[in-house]
Amino acid sequence: MAFLKQTAWLLWKDLLLELRRRESLLAMFFFGTLLLFIFHFALDVQPDKAADMAPGLLWLALVFCGTLGLMQLFQAERENRCLEALLLSPIDRAAIFLSKVLFNLTLMVLLEIVVFPLFWVLFNLTLWERLPWVFLYGLLGTVGFCVLGTLFSALTLSARGREILLPLLLLPLMIPVILATIRGMEIILRAGDFQESLPWLHLLIGFDVIFLTAGILVFEWVVES
Amino acid sequence: MAKAEKKRGSGEILGVLALLFILVGLYVALIQAPPDAYQGEVQRIMYIHIPSIVAAYLCFFIVFLGSCLYLWKRETRDDILAKSAAEVGVLFTALTIIEGSIWGKPTWGVWWTWDARLTLTALLLMIFVGYIMLRSLIEDEERGAVCGAVVGIIGFLDIPLIHMSVYWWRTLHQPPSIFRPDKLPWENIKWPLLWPLIINIVAFVFLSLYLLSLRIRVGETEERIKGEMLGGTA
Repeated sequence: MAFLKQTAWLLWKDLLLELRRRESLLAMFFFGTLLLFIFHFALDVQPDKAADMAPGLLWLALVFCGTLGLMQLFQAERENRCLEALLLSPIDRAAIFLSKVLFNLTLMVLLEIVVFPLFWVLFNLTLWERLPWVFLYGLLGTVGFCVLGTLFSALTLSARGREILLPLLLLPLMIPVILATIRGMEIILRAGDFQESLPWLHLLIGFDVIFLTAGILVFEWVVES
Repeated sequence: MAKAEKKRGSGEILGVLALLFILVGLYVALIQAPPDAYQGEVQRIMYIHIPSIVAAYLCFFIVFLGSCLYLWKRETRDDILAKSAAEVGVLFTALTIIEGSIWGKPTWGVWWTWDARLTLTALLLMIFVGYIMLRSLIEDEERGAVCGAVVGIIGFLDIPLIHMSVYWWRTLHQPPSIFRPDKLPWENIKWPLLWPLIINIVAFVFLSLYLLSLRIRVGETEERIKGEMLGGTA
């Protein structure tokens, strides 16, 4: 119980900070929208092709915006050595990790709520009834992204050239999650059959669980020194 | 000092063994072994292609072991082991991809294809190139070692997950020649082709261990010089 309470308090702290500064979220919103425009100019997507390209483009937008968010994730803790104070306080390390993951996840889900329908509108997709399933895959994929992303964001805190190092480390390790999400979305958009995409859904949930467990286990080492 | 001398001696024995096996391996692979019934002479690339990837996986396994040991015992020795093995592993992974490309062009007609195992190998290369970059970009030695160890462990454990996902995604590569779940190694490949391959695998394992021992020596020397510069005696 104490663990959940700690996590909730830490999450509340981050949300409150974000609510007052609105730095990450606004930047992510605008960047995401901008990316959709750029994709359209670069690829000149025809309405009949849009459904085929949607999974890949949506994920690219999410990964780019997500990486932007990850850079800011430990910014508040970095200033005035707040991270050390946080580590000194009698809080479970796993709670710190989990609260950061949840905070990051909240931002990403808010972003998805805007970007996914916007994609449908901008690219003239008519398959509105399939949007919730696509959203489900997006959500599960985002969980994997946030878990690994939070871990590597903490890991690269003291590195030079952090902005380039973070995606370089994160993306290859993220491949299982990215692949499973995109294939799942693709099956739904092409065939409209949720049953058919189930194997990918199970795989994706499996990856999420594995990464979350591994993240909680190693986070202590990442922040200690 | 005597310990260092002894270590050096054992490293050199590995080098001599590697040289011996490579010479014998080249002879049996290029002259002794018959050409493949379907692919002809070009199939001889197999005699360095498979040994390279075996050596690479061996190195990444050593990275994993070294990383675990470092997080457990915190001895610089284990960190040097992991760091050195990552570099040698990247070398052999890159070699595997290059050899595979050269073999792929005449047999498949393309230099590269998005097959499951090709993709896995390329991703493996990227993960451990990331590891090496991380090590060079974190200035604090101890923190770099800890973070490196975490990436080393996660990177290694991620291999089966990537394997599973890309395997489901697509596969075109010829089925594994040696290590297959359904058959024993000697049933998949004819003996005249198998024994030259085994000799070459042994040669590449010795070669990778020799390179590793050289790299570890460099790492230890660096460590000693750092210690002396700080005024202590190593």
